[in-house]
Amino acid sequence: MRRVGTVILGLLLAAAMAFPAAAAETIKIGAILSVTGPASFLGAPEAKTLEMQVADVNRKGGILGRKVELIVKDSGASPEKAFSFAKQLIEEEKVFAIIGPSTSGETMKIKGLAEEGKTILMSCAAAEVIVNPVAKYVFKTPQKDSDAVIMIFQQMKKMKISKIGVVSSNTGFGGAGKAQIEALAPKHGITIVANEVYDKAASDLTAEVTKLKAANVEAVINWSIEPAQAIVIKNARQIGLKVPIFQSHGFGNIKYVDAAGEAAEGVMFPAGRLLVADQLPKDHPQRALLLQYKKDYQSYCQGEECSTFGGHAFDAFIILQKAIEKAGSTDKEKVRTAIENLKGVVGTAGIFNFSPTDHNGLDIDAFVMLVVRNGKFTIL
Amino acid sequence: MARRYSMVAAFAGLVVAIQVATYLAGAPYHLTQLTMTAYYSLLIVGLCMLIGYAGQISLGHAGFFAIGGYVSAFLTTHDLAAHKGLRLVALLQKAGMLLERSDLYGGSHLVVHPWLACAAAVLLAVVIAYVVGGPVLKLRGHYLAMATLGFGIIIYRVALGTELLGAADGISEVPGFPLPFGLIISGNASVRVSNYYLAWGLVILGMVLLLNLIQSRVGRALSAVHGAEDAAGAIGIPTARYKLNTFVLSAAFASVAGVFLTHYNGGIGPSEASVMKSVRYVAIVAIGGMANLWGALLMSLVLNYLSLRGYFGTFDDAVFGVILILIMLFAPDGLLRRHILADLKRLASGGASDEEAA
Amino acid sequence: MAGVTYGTIYAIVAIGFNIIYNATGIINFAQGEFVMLGGMTAVTLSRFVPLPVAILGAVVLTTIVGAVIEIVFIRWLHRPSVLRMVIITIGISILIREIALHVWGESVRSLPYFTGTSVTSIRLGGVYISPQVLWAVGVGAVAVALLSAFFNLTMLGRQMRACSANRDAARLCGINAGNMVTLSFMISAAIGAIGGCVVCPITYVHYDSGTPLAIKGFTVAILGGLGNSTAAVGAGMILGILESFSIWVLPAAYKEAISIAILLLILFVRPSGIFGSAEAARLKEF
Repeated sequence: MRRVGTVILGLLLAAAMAFPAAAAETIKIGAILSVTGPASFLGAPEAKTLEMQVADVNRKGGILGRKVELIVKDSGASPEKAFSFAKQLIEEEKVFAIIGPSTSGETMKIKGLAEEGKTILMSCAAAEVIVNPVAKYVFKTPQKDSDAVIMIFQQMKKMKISKIGVVSSNTGFGGAGKAQIEALAPKHGITIVANEVYDKAASDLTAEVTKLKAANVEAVINWSIEPAQAIVIKNARQIGLKVPIFQSHGFGNIKYVDAAGEAAEGVMFPAGRLLVADQLPKDHPQRALLLQYKKDYQSYCQGEECSTFGGHAFDAFIILQKAIEKAGSTDKEKVRTAIENLKGVVGTAGIFNFSPTDHNGLDIDAFVMLVVRNGKFTIL
Repeated sequence: MARRYSMVAAFAGLVVAIQVATYLAGAPYHLTQLTMTAYYSLLIVGLCMLIGYAGQISLGHAGFFAIGGYVSAFLTTHDLAAHKGLRLVALLQKAGMLLERSDLYGGSHLVVHPWLACAAAVLLAVVIAYVVGGPVLKLRGHYLAMATLGFGIIIYRVALGTELLGAADGISEVPGFPLPFGLIISGNASVRVSNYYLAWGLVILGMVLLLNLIQSRVGRALSAVHGAEDAAGAIGIPTARYKLNTFVLSAAFASVAGVFLTHYNGGIGPSEASVMKSVRYVAIVAIGGMANLWGALLMSLVLNYLSLRGYFGTFDDAVFGVILILIMLFAPDGLLRRHILADLKRLASGGASDEEAA
Repeated sequence: MAGVTYGTIYAIVAIGFNIIYNATGIINFAQGEFVMLGGMTAVTLSRFVPLPVAILGAVVLTTIVGAVIEIVFIRWLHRPSVLRMVIITIGISILIREIALHVWGESVRSLPYFTGTSVTSIRLGGVYISPQVLWAVGVGAVAVALLSAFFNLTMLGRQMRACSANRDAARLCGINAGNMVTLSFMISAAIGAIGGCVVCPITYVHYDSGTPLAIKGFTVAILGGLGNSTAAVGAGMILGILESFSIWVLPAAYKEAISIAILLLILFVRPSGIFGSAEAARLKEF
């Protein structure tokens, strides 16, 4: 038995020695992403995007003439792994910054670690608690949920809708959206007459939409990122519920429109401009960047359509790159201050204007209202 | 008798040796994953007792771990300031069982003291284990496997569907767990070494308890139950009671592990309650040798450590699936069998299987 | 009415459980993965060949997978204990799932509707039903009818039943028991794949969609009494409809917890199933 111990000890030592101090020139960036597991629809495109970007930057000579080294860790959306990996990246790899995690739950678990370890954390998760209240080293790139909700409510006002039904999935994304809808509805003169939470793996939601129909809703908002959002509209149309349907920015994946087929016609949702890049006016500041990202991603991933989620990681990397160039060094504190002073950075989600009190940098203009017409996203 | 404790001493030596090695190699950060591993190991030796010695499989032990973790996390983070009027809250405050704590941003919360939270968490897990264990352990074979799996899924679903428990996000910002002599269980880098020893100390304590139990009347009775339950019943061993008590004991181990790991990590999420976690624990017990506490402990140390370090990458779950299949196909008694020492003595070149295991 | 779609797929998975259980006394925890494999393969094939051919291809491929699993993992084990088999099939289910993840990626797929589109609905006595639901129910019904004809009327089917009744006696009569077991895995994989194809336009398919189905299917198999396929259909419908009604009283997020709680209750109170007889259950080995 003791021999086993010796072997383990040997392994441990070997493992410890396998990580010699990295060559001084590279900039180490860690990424904790849910490449597999229940949030893989976020983490997988994020990881691919980052790999593509880092390869691209290194081909062009790196940042400040220094190569970038990317360390991607797959957390499988479990907070305990996110914790372990964050410790590893901060204390051991001494990374310059961490991109991710993909989910709000994981981000909240390692927020404290990033603060303690004075390492920049660029979260790809949406929840507002990540940056409100502001933590010194923690930033996030996705748009605010509350802005998406306000966008929908403004559209409803135009359409004179006041009685709505809300359905959401039981994930962090669904829960956060539901909370924002509930909080903001009274301010916009909207009454929620039915409010249903379904399981993220739900494959038939007829019972839920029947409940909405019974409550005589004038419109439906669905908040989720899973396939269920396509199922909601299909089931609603199948039971003859004909009111307008609104979705969250999670609907921004053409796969769901394909999956819902004819039922998706007329669905409205707020989203970043990535999905409608080719419809933007020629002089729109985001147009060139968005089209480029779309093209690069598709060729990098052998034809896979890009989603807005990969864009969050794209933005995180661009912001870091801009901040390092601005600070002219990779001193964490200097770069952190540089991010807080970044203005007008064009990203996939919108135009970022950071400040010491705003660690997201996006406002409601980051969203446009989209509608599905003839199976395509179009600007409303 | 002597061998029992010489193994404990050898293991304690290994724990110290690992710490010294990381110190000498200038890589103390390995202790973080090793500390987390220790808490999972506590659950695993408890589960090994249940599977290997009482002969009852449980595919729902992550559920007990989650009950411990979630209850403790909830009580130590949920702000009671709004409920000050309640008599219970006032009573607890008078008894010094509530704490004022400030968060990252200077806000103040009135929360339950971790000690009381821990006691509540373990007590709840034990009560649930008693209530569920009674009828579940009457089942056998597929039905037992499915019932325990079902129990695990229910806990997972409740954690995932309950907003008070943070739904999919889980609970964050759980405070450290204060101990006497200025010690604290927390993931803070400044208390890394003391936490490493605290965690493994707890595991060794658990091992001593289990080893004594196995050598006692209870252990012999359990082994009779495992061998031939009907025969054991016929000679007057209260089989149902022994099985139930072992089940409850292993649930208590799991919940204690859940409580401390949650305080160490500063949070818990529904993934801790997932079916895959339960299956993984069973896989580790299986590879360790079903009825071999030391084998399970060593395998837990190696596999959990590698998994937490991220060595398996996106193949994390696949690795445990393959382990399960291979072990069950080729060595259903486990790689490190109970009598492996005797086997090794018989074989002149016993080193081969040792290396295989590591 | 949502319950019917669910009910059908649960029943199909439960029948798959039953076929293997009857032949071997094993509960195949990887049963849900056959459904996933069927759906996934059909989606991939449908890009190259017409839909009916793609479905046929998917069923054939999944059947082969079923046979391979039996030959590689099960066949050569000598009288394995129940616990060992449970763990092996759980391992297989994890393995298939992880392979699917690395082959197909994490994205969600679906087949087109067999007839009409996603918004077509047929009005039946005041409720709206998608034609795909009728497809699922129809295919489910045909599958049950064919299976019962197979087991009762054909020589091969009778040989399989003989093996499940008494393996040694069947062997003495010159039946190759080993081949019968392989056959049971193939039939059950095929049934799963067919189920996966018909419900995939409604429910979508994802590398991870097999496990929840296996658990529900098991619940249904127990509910109907292990080994009883006709009862499984009824039980599937009951569970599907119960689930869809439960959301009127309880938050939908607890839906799955409810059906598992039902399973536990049945296991505790009446492990022979609501349709099964306690005497018959006692005769079986657990």
